[in-house]
Amino acid sequence: MTETPRRLRVLAAMSGGVDSAVAAARAAEAGHDVTGVHLALSANPQSFRTGARGCCTIEDSRDARRAADVIGIPFYVWDLAERFREDVVEDFVAEYEAGRTPNPCLRCNEKIKFAALLDKALALGFDAVATGHYATVVLNEDGSRELHRASDMAKDQSYVLGVLDERQLAHAMFPLGDTLTTKEEIRAEAERRGLAVAKKPDSHDICFIADGDTQGFLANRLGGTAQGDILDESGAKLGTHDGAFGFTIGQRKGLRIGHPAADGKPRYVLDISPVNNTVTVGPAEALDVSSLTAIRPRWCGTAPAGSGTYTAQLRAHGGETPVTAELVDGELRVAFGEPVRGVAPGQAIVLYDGTRVVGSATIATTVRATAALA
Amino acid sequence: MAYLDHAATTPMLPEAVGAMTAHLAVTGNASSLHAAGRRARRTVEEARETLAESLGARPSEVVLTAGGTEADNLAVKGLYWARRDADPRRTRVLASPVEHHAVLDAVHWLGEHEGATVEYLPVDAYGRVHPAALREAIARDPSDVAMATVMWANNEIGTVMPVRELADVAAEFGVPLHADAVQAFGQLDVDFAASGLAAMTVSGHKIGGPYGIGALLLGREYTPVPVLHGGGQERHVRSGTLDVPAVAAFAVAGRIAAEQREWFAREIGGLRDELVAAVRAAVPTAVLGGDPSPGGRLPANAHFTFPGCEGDSLLLLLDAQGIECSTGSACTAGVAQPSHVLLATGTDPDLARGTLRFSLGHTSTADDVAAVAEAIGPAVERARTAGLV
Repeated sequence: MTETPRRLRVLAAMSGGVDSAVAAARAAEAGHDVTGVHLALSANPQSFRTGARGCCTIEDSRDARRAADVIGIPFYVWDLAERFREDVVEDFVAEYEAGRTPNPCLRCNEKIKFAALLDKALALGFDAVATGHYATVVLNEDGSRELHRASDMAKDQSYVLGVLDERQLAHAMFPLGDTLTTKEEIRAEAERRGLAVAKKPDSHDICFIADGDTQGFLANRLGGTAQGDILDESGAKLGTHDGAFGFTIGQRKGLRIGHPAADGKPRYVLDISPVNNTVTVGPAEALDVSSLTAIRPRWCGTAPAGSGTYTAQLRAHGGETPVTAELVDGELRVAFGEPVRGVAPGQAIVLYDGTRVVGSATIATTVRATAALA
Repeated sequence: MAYLDHAATTPMLPEAVGAMTAHLAVTGNASSLHAAGRRARRTVEEARETLAESLGARPSEVVLTAGGTEADNLAVKGLYWARRDADPRRTRVLASPVEHHAVLDAVHWLGEHEGATVEYLPVDAYGRVHPAALREAIARDPSDVAMATVMWANNEIGTVMPVRELADVAAEFGVPLHADAVQAFGQLDVDFAASGLAAMTVSGHKIGGPYGIGALLLGREYTPVPVLHGGGQERHVRSGTLDVPAVAAFAVAGRIAAEQREWFAREIGGLRDELVAAVRAAVPTAVLGGDPSPGGRLPANAHFTFPGCEGDSLLLLLDAQGIECSTGSACTAGVAQPSHVLLATGTDPDLARGTLRFSLGHTSTADDVAAVAEAIGPAVERARTAGLV
């Protein structure tokens, strides 16, 4: 005998893209009482899409409304621009200013979609917030919930949801999580459902930087150019840059060092020092990190006690790597089985046990493998 | 379903639907000289006469437009241009700050692009322009005033303006006064001749007629510069082939609106009073917007501010229970902005976020009021919780 799932009052966050539209349609088709909401996140929304696809234009809002009308659900626009600016955009700028590399999508999920939006939704009598993320929520027999990778690993987005705690997860719904289909099939499903967003290109870049020019955005926000030195590992000056904030650890392009390295190998950004306004570059091997510490841990369930072995993901589209992790005085200490490359403070590390998300934390410091050897 | 957003649009009267559908099947351009054209012209002119009679005007004073927004634009821009052309010193435009955007944005545009000096007239806490305020503004320099515009009744908070007194002041100085009477028609005694106005806007779909049709009542001595140029229809003031079925249906609705006005004010006004009492009983902190005295507001309007709530939240909660109303304020990209009307009346901007407008109409019933009475208390309680998040 199959149990009839409870009819929930669901608030579907609709960006105007194909994934969130299909997610809302599936939630409605599953019998839930669905209301669509588009988050107005920009204080000055642009009328039309420019450059990189965003989710914050008036046209995106109209696309979302059109999809909601076709699905046959109520639709509203909620203005969360001020919260978004405070919690996501300003944090993004401050992190770069401090020489770190933030992930604003995680931040948005933690602070906006599953905080500001969820809290308002719950207060208004909704049971859950549904999004178009590819991830799976598993309900255990004891009533607890687990976040797992999406059925289709290639589309999995559990990394950007790794910041959710169990309370947030209890009210999260990911109708696309069990999709073992390609993006083309999601588009076909949208087409079949009569959703005009079926052919709309995917969004990739940071939504609040419409033209995709992160460097330009940061230069504008952080007061134009501030020339500083580009140094090698020994501290010798190789060139100058227009502001340390514009660099990311592991970056290779755009260094504009006139002459090649002595060994002829490409050089990468190894370190950014906002205090001295210097950027240190060196060979790829010097990027290898053997361990790290991470702060602000968030656990999906109870915090694990003692040392444990997990797999870790360090980037939104990164692979998995085996680690040993332990929580010491509220700080996560992580040792990699094999050195990993291109790990930057500010990024999130998400720990997995198999497909299950254990928790996440923000990388604070890294220990280089070469330094450890030296 | 409790449809309480008649100020946005009201159901079309069956008689108007009948007239419209009957004429949709008839061919004829009202400007053509042959039989089909004559037939269409007869329909249009009969409709014009009916509308004129319903509004206390002469048939020649009825300039048909494609709706209220167009009529407002024609009045504001057209009269400004004509008066300025006649005397280049006349560049001052006087407007109430509580106008509908069709007037407000047209006035603003004249300021931005046509060298107009826009002056917003002071209003009291009910959003009313006093004749003394208009007198003061004109008397400062009567020679440089191009035109003035003050709506007959406010679409958000329902406050009725002293149109006759305002028109008298304007006439004393020879200044043309326009009034947007879109909300007033069918609810108040709207008599163009008795009003003393130079121009007056009415709209079809607010009185049980079709969308996309309206009229500018225009005194015969005024020739506004056209906004739309073309075939020279409608006194050469508004070009464009007339929408004969819509014109016919508009006239039918106009006639019925005028005939039923007293019934409407009494019966629908009575329902509105019950709704106001029910909301106040359920939510004692609710503040009625606009003039509380029955003679000072539109009989079908009930506007409230609910401290601590967001109007959007209330709208969502009531919508989910089949109660359809409005926050009363305009949207920018779907995001509700604090109403310019409330801000003009001196309402605190935070408070102005928590508004709802219930507007009744010819299909409203006691059941609609009962539905609001039952739902509003819990909705406000819930919206308050959400407002604190």
